[in-house]
Formats: sequence, structure tokens, C-alpha cells
Amino acid sequence: MTAERLSIGYVPLTDAAAFIVAQELGFAAEEGLDLNLIRLSSWAQSRDLLGAGSIEAAHQLVPMPIAQTLGLGPPLPQVDLLMIVAHGGQAVAVSNDLARRMRADGFGFDFVHAGAAGAALRAASGGRLRVGVPFPFSTQAEVVWHWLAASGFDIRSGAVEVHTVPPPRMAQTLAAGEVDAYCVGEPWASMAVETGAGALLLPARAIWAGAPEKGLVMRRDIAEADPDRTGRLMRALWRAGRWLDQPDNRGTAAELICRPDYLNLQPEVAERGLQGRFLISGQGEARQVPEFISFHEGAATFPWKSVAALFAERMALQHGLDPQAAMRRAMTCFRTDLYRQHLRAAGADLPGASAKIEGALRAPNPVASEKGEMILRPDAFFDGRVFEPPFADS
Amino acid sequence: MQLSILIVERDKDRALRMVDALREAGDYQIEVIAEENGLRRRIAAIAPDIVLIDIADPSRDVLEELALASSPLERPVAMFVDRSDEPLTRAAIEAGVSAYVVDGLRPDRIKPVLDAAIARFNLFQRMRAELEATKTALEERKVIDRAKAILMKARGIDEEAAYALLRKTAMDQKRRVADIAQQLVMAAGLLT
Repeated sequence: MTAERLSIGYVPLTDAAAFIVAQELGFAAEEGLDLNLIRLSSWAQSRDLLGAGSIEAAHQLVPMPIAQTLGLGPPLPQVDLLMIVAHGGQAVAVSNDLARRMRADGFGFDFVHAGAAGAALRAASGGRLRVGVPFPFSTQAEVVWHWLAASGFDIRSGAVEVHTVPPPRMAQTLAAGEVDAYCVGEPWASMAVETGAGALLLPARAIWAGAPEKGLVMRRDIAEADPDRTGRLMRALWRAGRWLDQPDNRGTAAELICRPDYLNLQPEVAERGLQGRFLISGQGEARQVPEFISFHEGAATFPWKSVAALFAERMALQHGLDPQAAMRRAMTCFRTDLYRQHLRAAGADLPGASAKIEGALRAPNPVASEKGEMILRPDAFFDGRVFEPPFADS
Repeated sequence: MQLSILIVERDKDRALRMVDALREAGDYQIEVIAEENGLRRRIAAIAPDIVLIDIADPSRDVLEELALASSPLERPVAMFVDRSDEPLTRAAIEAGVSAYVVDGLRPDRIKPVLDAAIARFNLFQRMRAELEATKTALEERKVIDRAKAILMKARGIDEEAAYALLRKTAMDQKRRVADIAQQLVMAAGLLT
């Protein structure tokens, strides 16, 4: 049997690992697929190629299909997020200048407490801050806006500017003084330390423990035209994610994703995020972050509709849309139905509900599921924010 | 007005060839940004009518942010492609996703692309002008309605007669009805 070739666009980041592992370790081949992984250099390019049908699927920022569903961007065919392929994996870096001032004020860079870090940052910056994020519609943008607002920054006055910077250029942009801080997925956060541009301040999960990062996104007509193929792709990625969440496999994963064909980097840098062992400054200070990035555990791959609503609410407020209508529409592009249909056969445990209260868990918590084995991981916001989806989940 | 075109391109030779091709194609004000540093600030400062950028350029996401911040339709972004990924991106462009393609940098190909970009730019300018005109027309009608009401009350005439009077005055004075109405409303405001 010859494998069916599928073109998939990805942007070089650690959180694309499930796609790379699925292809390199045979999870795709098991499902009769040959993934033609195409490295892209911008999210706009990914969105355009997917919309035009030049690629069949894409590794995209979770908020991207939501923004498109809300009409924020060019008019393209409807896309859906079929599953989450990476959870967490982002970190915040600050410039050397800010880091110095924060240390002078006695801040210890514990890499844990977002509230204390936010307060120290506000004091050191005088409340004026320019922050880089990878795209206007990104988990990073949500995390940054929420964290700064809850830390007492006046985000409506123009004192805080959030700018788009391509991930591979984040560290350079910080070094050039064009931004004072940035939030991005690994390995581009660690690159600030690696290149001497700055220091790591926080993993994003210290701000929001449940921050989903990337999804498998497909055009609705293409996903539905060949449901069998869609299912095979989802299962290959799901199994790759399960492999990635075995702690012993993380070192191998770093080697795989850093190959010249993929991220083309030194595996040592990518390994920091994958192993949760960070160097946060040029002085060699080390910090451990358990569960920094997840590909499988804690129902990490399930596309909770409540997450879609959470992102949609801020987008609606920022772009002058009706929040209630926006949340309702956004929830339709998270395809819990396809997840249930296609991944049950692979052995995925399926939750009883398709939406949940976001931010309520400070400790692992069992939830109702088909097999009764589902334990959700903590998803709390640092400031106790709780987001309740406004509608029934189906 | 001279059209200003901004080329975002790191490769100096490629940028120069673009500039040459553009100069042959017409009289444009052309700027090149080769340095990615400060791209956002510099584009905002130049405020170009058209941005030319490679479809695979990482800085596209920066343009995306700028497009969201202003009206995305006001600043056409033309894409050009002449690298190995052309078959892939061509489909995207042909689907109308990202506007226009310049094959290689042949001047004969640049011209139609620019024409298309300019046509789109003009279309949106025209749409904006029309919108403006509609708004003005609405405003004027309101003023005329008020002027008619003043006349009806002051002279005890009906609406049709009030409008006829306004129109006759306008014709006599070789002015627009809306202007006469405006004067009347202002004068009435002074008298009460």
C-alpha cells in the first residue's frame, strides 16, 4: 500500500513536535499517511495557503481559526480547529536593562510567581512597556494582555504597546531595544538568554496554567470531504503526542525537531523547553518548570469550546464586535464532534462535556469521561480569574 | 498625486531590480526597507500607498498587525514570488488571498501587477469618497428639512411651497439649495 501524501504547513517552533514526530517515527505511516511538512515563515502565510487549499492542514496558533471565524482577516473559506497539538510551551523574556533594574529592586526571578513578577516589572518599567508577541491573534497576546492588566498596568492609556514580531527575530528585536519584553513559544524565548539579549522572567503557564498553544487546523470543506483521511491524520498526531509526553522521549524529540529539515538549531536549546530545565540568565541561573509543555496528558489535545469563547471575548472587545455573538460563533469552529468521532477509535478518553469553566483548577482534578480515566491538569490564572462559557456546550 | 510604493526586501540586488522595473513602469515615489529592524515604525512613518513584499517574508505578520490597526483595505499589499516555493504560493495568490504576483522581476510583469494594485487602491478610495458623499448628502437633507420647517411656520405655507421657495432663491442667487437652507437655518438661529 502506498501512503497518501498530505501537505501540512508548520512554523518552526518546539510546539510543532507532534507533526514532526508523527512523520519521523512512523505514526503517520501507520495510518497510511506521508506528511509533507512545509516550513513556513509567517502565520499570515500559513493562513493564506490553508485558505487557498495549497496545504491540506496547518499547525496554527489556537486563536487563528477563531479570528478567521469572526471575520478578522481576509475573506477565506471556513476553517476549523480539530484538536490541540501543544499546550503551554511559551515564556516571557525581558531586556537586560529591565532585568538589571528589577534585580536592583530586590526581585529574585523565581520563575514561578506571575503576580510578583508583574509588580516588579511595573516598578522597573514605570508602567511603560513594549511587548513582542508572535501574531495579533495568539495565545501569547491573550496571556500578555491579561497578565499586564491584572498586574496594574494601565493597558487602555497607550502606555503598554503589544507588537507583532516574527518568533525567530524576537531575541534580536529585544537586543535592538525595539521591545522591552516578549512572550513567545520555545525555543525562541530561551534564545534571549542564548544570545545575551535578555533574561527569562516567567513561563507563560505561571500566568495561565491552562494556556493551549497550537492546534491542527483544516478547512471545513476539506476536513469533511474525506473524513477517513482526516481521522487518520488526527490519530497519527494524537499518538505522536502520547509518545512526546513520555518523559524519556523528550531528549530524542529535541534531536528530531532540530534536524536541518525542521528547526535547524542546536538541540541543546530546544531541549530546555522540552525538559522544562531553563537557563534564565547569562549568569547560568537554572530553573525547573514541570509540565512546561504538554502534548497529550491531562486531555491536552481536547478542543474545549470554552477556550474558543475565552479567546473570542477579548478579540470581540478589541475589534468592536458583539462579544456574545462572537463567543457563540467561535465555539462552532472547535470541532469536539470530530475529535470524538475520530479519536475514540484510537483509545482517547472522551470528556462528558465539551466546555468547562476555564481557570478553576489549582490542582489536578478528575472529570467525568467515557473511560473514567480523565484527570485534568491545573488551568488556573495567577490572579484567580475564572471564565465561564456563556452557552451550553453543544 | 504621485503614488508611493514601499518595497520590503533584504536582498539588495533584488530590491534594486524591483526599483528599476518600477521606474520603467511609471512615475512612482519608491522607498526600500532592507533592514527588518524598526519595520513597523518606518512603515508608519512612510505611510505608503502600496507595500511590495515577498509572500514568504517573515515580516508579513508585522504588516498584518498594521493592517488590523488601520483599515486593512486602505493599504494594498502586493506580494511577489520568484523563489522555489512558487507553485505553492501561486495557488494562494490566484485564489485572491494575497493580491498579486510578480513573476521573477520582469518589468513587463510588474506593470500589470501594479495596475491591479492601483486599481484596487483607487476602488477603495472611491468607495471612501462615495461614503463621504452619502454622509454629506444626508447632512444636507437634514438642513433642508429644517429650513423648510422654518419657512412653513414663518410664512404659513405647505412643504411643497417651502421647498419651491428655497429652490427659486437658490436659482436666483446661482447657489445650491443646501447652501441657501444652511443660511436660513443660521439666520433663524440668530433671530430666536
